[in-house]
Amino acid sequence: MSTETEHTTESDKSDDEHSHEHPSDKKYFQIAGILAVLTALEVATYWLESVPGEILIPVLMIMMVVKFFYVAAWFMHLRFDNSLFMKFFVSGLILASVVYAIFLTVFEFWHKG
Amino acid sequence: MTNQTHSEETTTGLSHNKLGMWVFLGSECLLFGALISTYLLYRGRFADGPAPGDIFDIPFTSVSSFVLLMSSLTMVLALSALQRGDERNNRLWLLTTALLGAVFVGGQVYEFTTFLREGLGYTTSPFSSAFFTLTGFHGVHVSLGVIFLMSLYVSSARGNLHKERAETVELIGLYWHFVDIVWIFIFTVIYLVPSPTS
Repeated sequence: MSTETEHTTESDKSDDEHSHEHPSDKKYFQIAGILAVLTALEVATYWLESVPGEILIPVLMIMMVVKFFYVAAWFMHLRFDNSLFMKFFVSGLILASVVYAIFLTVFEFWHKG
Repeated sequence: MTNQTHSEETTTGLSHNKLGMWVFLGSECLLFGALISTYLLYRGRFADGPAPGDIFDIPFTSVSSFVLLMSSLTMVLALSALQRGDERNNRLWLLTTALLGAVFVGGQVYEFTTFLREGLGYTTSPFSSAFFTLTGFHGVHVSLGVIFLMSLYVSSARGNLHKERAETVELIGLYWHFVDIVWIFIFTVIYLVPSPTS
């Protein structure tokens, strides 16, 4: 396993300052551990039949968003790369969220479920 | 990753290939958004067929989800190894990632055949059509990813994948992580959020 990966070429220096350093393999294992624990917690909710949906669903959504963030930020390196990459990806994400929120509203999904 | 592997000069100073991949992944959000929204609309319309709450095997799908999640770790380790110039470990992690992806796809094939045996076909109900379309599209994405990974492995085994071409591995890695992210969403929204029962 490696130590910290460093990038020191000339072209890098002109890049966004956040794009220089990447995590060590040890850090990647730590992130994977967090993701595994979150997944275990998510799955555990399956057996919690007494928890009402009003509580369960937001809790599941929060854990899902946290997992999403960890994979995108650390494994996809958005945390370290040039911010333009994130802008392109988040644009698609926001566009999709807005379009399909409207879509579901038009079909009265929020009322009928 | 950085631009250390660039041979081209660009106006942004960034790799066009990588920028293109991020735009592609942004557009994929719209594709999967459409499929997930359609599933949410139809999940309560199961006619006389099995309902989602009756048929989903959460423990089994949890294992598949865990396998795919861990494949993201092995993918990033493959990239990290190549960036260090460690081609042997790069091949090892690429192969591991492909195997984990194949296990996930195998699990999905098993799930689909079980559902078919239990009377849930593609045209059984609006729910089944939406479910098979969504998870099937995701499965095709994973399968394509496995093919890409094996191509990289073969390229490396032939001595054609060196540190200077680390960006190629990174682009495939971005695609692979995205497929994992989509499954994180599908697993929660489709499987774990309580579903209607008959």
